[in-house]
Amino acid sequence: MPVSEAVALRAPAVRREPGKLWIVPPAALLALLFFYPLALIARQAFLDDSGIANFAEVIRVLHSRFFLNALINTVSISVAATAGCLVVGLVLALILAFVPFPGSGFIARLIDTFIALPTFLVTLAFTFLYGSAGMLNAGLMETFSLPLPPVDFLYSAWGVILAEVTVYTPFILRPLLAAFSLVDHGQIEAASVLGARPFRIVRQIILPAAVPALIAGGSLCLLLTVNEFGIVLFIGAKGVITLPLLIYGKAIQESAYQVACIIAVVNIALSLGLFGLYRFAAGRLGA
Amino acid sequence: MSAAAFTGTSVMDIDAAKVRGAGSNVHFDKVSVAYGAHVVLHPLTLDIAPGEILAMIGPSGSGKTTALRAVAGFVRPVSGRIRIGATDVTDLPPYERGLGMVVQNYALFPHMRVEDNVAFGLRAQGADKALIGERIKDALGTVGMLAYARRYPRELSGGQQQRVAIARALAVRPRVLLLDEPLSALDAQIRRNMVEEIARLHRSLPGLTILYVTHDQTEALTLADKIAIMRDGRVCSHGPTTELYRRPPNRFTAEFLGRANLLPVTVAEAVGSKGFATARHGDALLTGAGRNEKAGDKSLLCIRPQHLSLTADSEHTNRIVGTLREVHWQGELTHLVLDVDGTPVRVSATRLPIALPEPGAKVPLFFAPADTSLLPEDAGV
Repeated sequence: MPVSEAVALRAPAVRREPGKLWIVPPAALLALLFFYPLALIARQAFLDDSGIANFAEVIRVLHSRFFLNALINTVSISVAATAGCLVVGLVLALILAFVPFPGSGFIARLIDTFIALPTFLVTLAFTFLYGSAGMLNAGLMETFSLPLPPVDFLYSAWGVILAEVTVYTPFILRPLLAAFSLVDHGQIEAASVLGARPFRIVRQIILPAAVPALIAGGSLCLLLTVNEFGIVLFIGAKGVITLPLLIYGKAIQESAYQVACIIAVVNIALSLGLFGLYRFAAGRLGA
Repeated sequence: MSAAAFTGTSVMDIDAAKVRGAGSNVHFDKVSVAYGAHVVLHPLTLDIAPGEILAMIGPSGSGKTTALRAVAGFVRPVSGRIRIGATDVTDLPPYERGLGMVVQNYALFPHMRVEDNVAFGLRAQGADKALIGERIKDALGTVGMLAYARRYPRELSGGQQQRVAIARALAVRPRVLLLDEPLSALDAQIRRNMVEEIARLHRSLPGLTILYVTHDQTEALTLADKIAIMRDGRVCSHGPTTELYRRPPNRFTAEFLGRANLLPVTVAEAVGSKGFATARHGDALLTGAGRNEKAGDKSLLCIRPQHLSLTADSEHTNRIVGTLREVHWQGELTHLVLDVDGTPVRVSATRLPIALPEPGAKVPLFFAPADTSLLPEDAGV
């Protein structure tokens, strides 16, 4: 038997699946740019500056007042802002989807443009509107001859919440409008003919159809507000320290890298949990 | 539920007597609907008597659904008034009109069980629990869906969903039931059975006034006491179903409501005391039922395909001769297409001579004067 034939018999041709190796470049890129830095943060969280494992520091940070305050601030502000977004987004979406008026599409697109703007710009605009020397205070002081600005909420947690509601409402509005566009108008008409008034129709027909959209939009909003940095920093409200701001302070201002990384790990865990909720809800919505 | 379940004793007979709404008449008084400059319903004046089924039938865009939606309150007339019973409902919102409605795609609430769908209207109207329970039983019993009360709409077939939609509409004891192409989404077999079921339902609820919008002539002919034929936003004919079918007032009605052969004729002798005129088509002198035709009038003689026979008898005294062009066997019926002096004439026959003529052969056709109707030739509307 010639050698070439023997080789052919012993070694059947290897079937290469075309394109199988294409997974390597994106996986390598993700590992390099995303997973490796995250792993470094996680590693740093459990090592002290000399590279020795230090779990006591983790326990100390997790029980510290500054961390707990930041965690409480982060959760309460993001929950309040998300609730505000849900209410404002729902009302706007109901009007835009079910109250026919000329220009509703234009208004929807206009609201969308907020998504394109940097978050801190809204805060800057708010200082012109609601700041100590803003239009509202100036108008009120002049009208009622007041010695001091009467409206003083901007440099507090309420200012952060209002700015976040303004910035993130479109993230609720979009999925809601998509869900409302799928609601069968025949159901609304049938309900109406059967004697249901508009509020009952919204409560019993429209809202049940929009639950996945509310969960998806709400969890996305919660995710974004938990991680919001620009608005909180720009407003600079006294005593309003959230987890991202605390990480920034510890890492950049105090050079306490292990502490910053411990807090970052908690922040990441919180974010991934919310992201999981968002994906689950978005999956049910069909997004 | 399979199609077989619809056959035999009607499930709609069960307890139907309990679901009786006090039917009201519906009166359209010069009702007109327009979107901007585009008029979709020209001034419509029409009455539906209490307990009557009026079928509005016409091609797409003829205005029939617009008329129904105006009654429901989803379309606001630009002029005219709509009265249901003694109430002028023109300015009332839909939820205050006391109606029931069933639409093509059922519009059941997908997140509610069948019983909650049926109870929806009653709860919206503030009925007490005991009454709601009783009405759910009655309405679902009436349409034979009591066993499915705990199911969700997605767990039902199309026919079952439509039954639930009917039960939901009946549960509120509507003054008028609006049916907007309710069977269009069903397949042919289920649709035929549902038509019979709705007919039985109405016999059980003789007081229920129904406005039935459809583009299906069979549904209209089977169910309706009266038919209004719509075209281009206008009623082009309106009357009792059998009368409209047997004596269509114009060409559009003749052709839209069943198949019609329209033979051009010239009236030879005006309508006599018995309601018949004689008319000439080529060499043939024919007798047909007329209205007020006079000698010399150009007319169309309407003959339904099933009224033409290949054999003569004492009743089939009119005779025309055509050239056989096509033969289509369809099991129960055989359709022949002939050419009678340039006019295509269709014959539908259940029984044919054993030796059927070959295409191209001259074939005599016979028909009874009572089965014909003379129409004015220029009445295209």
